[in-house]
Amino acid sequence: MEKFYNLWKKFGKNFEQGGKLENLSSFYDAFDTFLFTPNTTAKKTGSQIHDGSDSKRTMILVVLALVPCALFGMFNVGYQHLLATGQLAAGITACLWWKALGFGILAVLPLYLVSYIVGLGIEFIVAQMKHEEVAEGYLVTGFILPLILPINTPLWQVAIATAFAVIFAKEVFGGTGYNIFNVALIARAFLFFAYPSSMTGDSVFVRIGSTWGWDGAQAVDGFSGATTLTQLSTGIAAQTDCASIWASINGLMPGCVGETCVWAILLGAILLIATGVASWKVMVSIIATAGITAYLFNAFGPDTAIAHFPWYMQLLNGGLLFGAVFMATDPVTSARTECGKWIYGVLIGFIVIVVRVLNPGFPEGMMLAILLGNAFAPLIDWCVIRKNIKKRLKRA
Amino acid sequence: MLSKQTKEAFLGPLNANNPVLVQILGICSALAVTVQLKPALVMGISVTIIVALSNVVISLIRKSIPMRIRIIVQLVVVAALVTIVSEVLKAFAYDVAMQLSVYIGLIITNCILMGRLEAFAMTNNVKDSLMDGLGNGLGYAMILVIVAFVRELLGSGKLLGFQVIPQWCYDHGYSNCGMMLMPAMALILVGCVIWAHRSINEEKK
Repeated sequence: MEKFYNLWKKFGKNFEQGGKLENLSSFYDAFDTFLFTPNTTAKKTGSQIHDGSDSKRTMILVVLALVPCALFGMFNVGYQHLLATGQLAAGITACLWWKALGFGILAVLPLYLVSYIVGLGIEFIVAQMKHEEVAEGYLVTGFILPLILPINTPLWQVAIATAFAVIFAKEVFGGTGYNIFNVALIARAFLFFAYPSSMTGDSVFVRIGSTWGWDGAQAVDGFSGATTLTQLSTGIAAQTDCASIWASINGLMPGCVGETCVWAILLGAILLIATGVASWKVMVSIIATAGITAYLFNAFGPDTAIAHFPWYMQLLNGGLLFGAVFMATDPVTSARTECGKWIYGVLIGFIVIVVRVLNPGFPEGMMLAILLGNAFAPLIDWCVIRKNIKKRLKRA
Repeated sequence: MLSKQTKEAFLGPLNANNPVLVQILGICSALAVTVQLKPALVMGISVTIIVALSNVVISLIRKSIPMRIRIIVQLVVVAALVTIVSEVLKAFAYDVAMQLSVYIGLIITNCILMGRLEAFAMTNNVKDSLMDGLGNGLGYAMILVIVAFVRELLGSGKLLGFQVIPQWCYDHGYSNCGMMLMPAMALILVGCVIWAHRSINEEKK
C-alpha cells in the first residue's frame, strides 16, 4: 500500500501548477480524495470543531443505506422475470434463487453504468472547465437514479435524461449543493414527460425476454406486469385482487427497481436516521400526512377504486416510502429549518395522495410531490425564519 | 449606399441587440408557436412585416402625433396592420392561421412592436425606421426558427411537416422526445440559445 501511495503521489506531481497535466488537476484530486483520506487537517491552534465527516463520507453513507434496496431490487427484477415466464410454477429452488439474482444484476448493471458514466463524465468536464474540484454529489444521484426507473427503460433514454438533469438541474445552478430540485428526480421527470411509453404501462416494469442474450423465455398467458397502483387507477383490478399487505411489504412485485421492498427501505432509513444524515422529521411528516390524507379519501373520497384503496396500502405501495426516506430528505433540496421540515413533509405527503387519487393520468404521485416540495422549500424556510425574527424582536 | 447608422439599425437587432436574446422580449409567443417549423416561419414573417410597416407609418407621422396620445395612435396603426395580416393568412393559408389561432391577433401586444415604435420610430427617419423594423422582425424570426427547428425535429421527427427521421430509427428503438412538445422545453431551448449567444459575444469582447 505504501508503495502504491508513493507512486500515486509521484504521479500527482504532474498535476501541480506548472506540471504537464495541470489542466486535469481536478481529475487527480477527485481520485486522490476518493482513494485516500486527505492529509491536511485543521491547525492545532484556535478553536475548531473536529469531525471526520465531510460531504464525501455523507454521500458514502447514503449509498450504503441504498445498498439493501439495490440488492433487493436486482433480485426482484430476476424474480419477476422468472415469475412472468412461468419458471416459478414449481416453487423457488436454490438454483432459481441464484438465477433470479444473476439475471437481475445483469439487467440492472447497465443502468448503473450509463447513469455513472454519463453523469460523472459531465461532472468531470464541467469541473475542468470551471477549474474546480469535482464535487461528490453525483455519487448518490447516480446510485439512486436506476432504482427509481422501470427496468425496461432504454439505455439511451437514461443517458439523455441523466445529461439533461445534470446540466439543467444542477450545473447551471452552480453544481453540487446549489441545485433547487433533486437531480435524480429531474432525470426521472424528464423521462416521464419525454418518453411516457417507457415509464408507464404494464410492460415496462417486468423484463420479459433475454438480457444480454440470456434466458429469452416468453411470458405465460394472462400475465400482467402492471403495478398495483396502475391496476387500480386504470380500473383493471378491483382492490380484492390486488397484492396483500404482506406482499406489499416484502416487495416481490412489479415496480421501479428499488422501490418495492419495505424491509430494505426500512434498513436504509435506520442507517440514515442513526447517523443523522437524513431528517426523521421529513420522513415522519410525509408518512403521517399521506396516511391521514389517504384515510380521509377512504372515508369521504370519490367512488373510485384508488380512492378506496386502504390508507396503509397507499403507504406501502409505489414509491412513497422510498421517496420519503431517500429523496425528500435530500439535505440540499429539502427545507433546512427544523420547523420548515415538518411543513415541507406535510406538503409532500398531502400532494402525493391527492395526485394518486384525483389524477387518473398519474398512477404514482411521489415524483411530482417531491419536486413540488423542492420548489416550495426555500419559501417555507423564508417564512419560518421571518416568523422567528419577528418573535425574537417582540421578546427584545 | 446605406449610411452607417442605417446599417446599424438593420444589423444590430440581428445579433448584438437581438430583441429576444438580449432584450428578452416576445418570449411568450416564442414559446407558443414553435412546436412546428411552419407556424414559426409564418409567425416570424408576419411580425417582420408588421414591425417594418408600422415603424414606417409611425415614423412618417411622428411629428404630428400629440405626445399624450401617442400610445393609442401606435396601437391603432399596429392593430390595423395585424388585422390585415390576419385576414390575408386566413384567405391564403387557412391551416396555418388556424394553428397560430390567437397568436396572430396577439401580435398587437407583442412587446417588440411597442418597444420599437416607442424607442425608435418616434425619433428616427423613415428609412432608418424601416431598416430597424426589418432587423428586429428578422432577429425575432431567426430565434423562432432555430427553436422550432429543434423542437419539430426532436419532438415529432419532422421538418415543415415532412418526416425526416427514417422509419429505420424507430424500428431500432428510437422514439420522439415528448418533452420537446411542451412549452417548458421551448423556454430551456431559448435559454440555451441565449447561453451560446452570450458566450460567443463575450469572447469577441
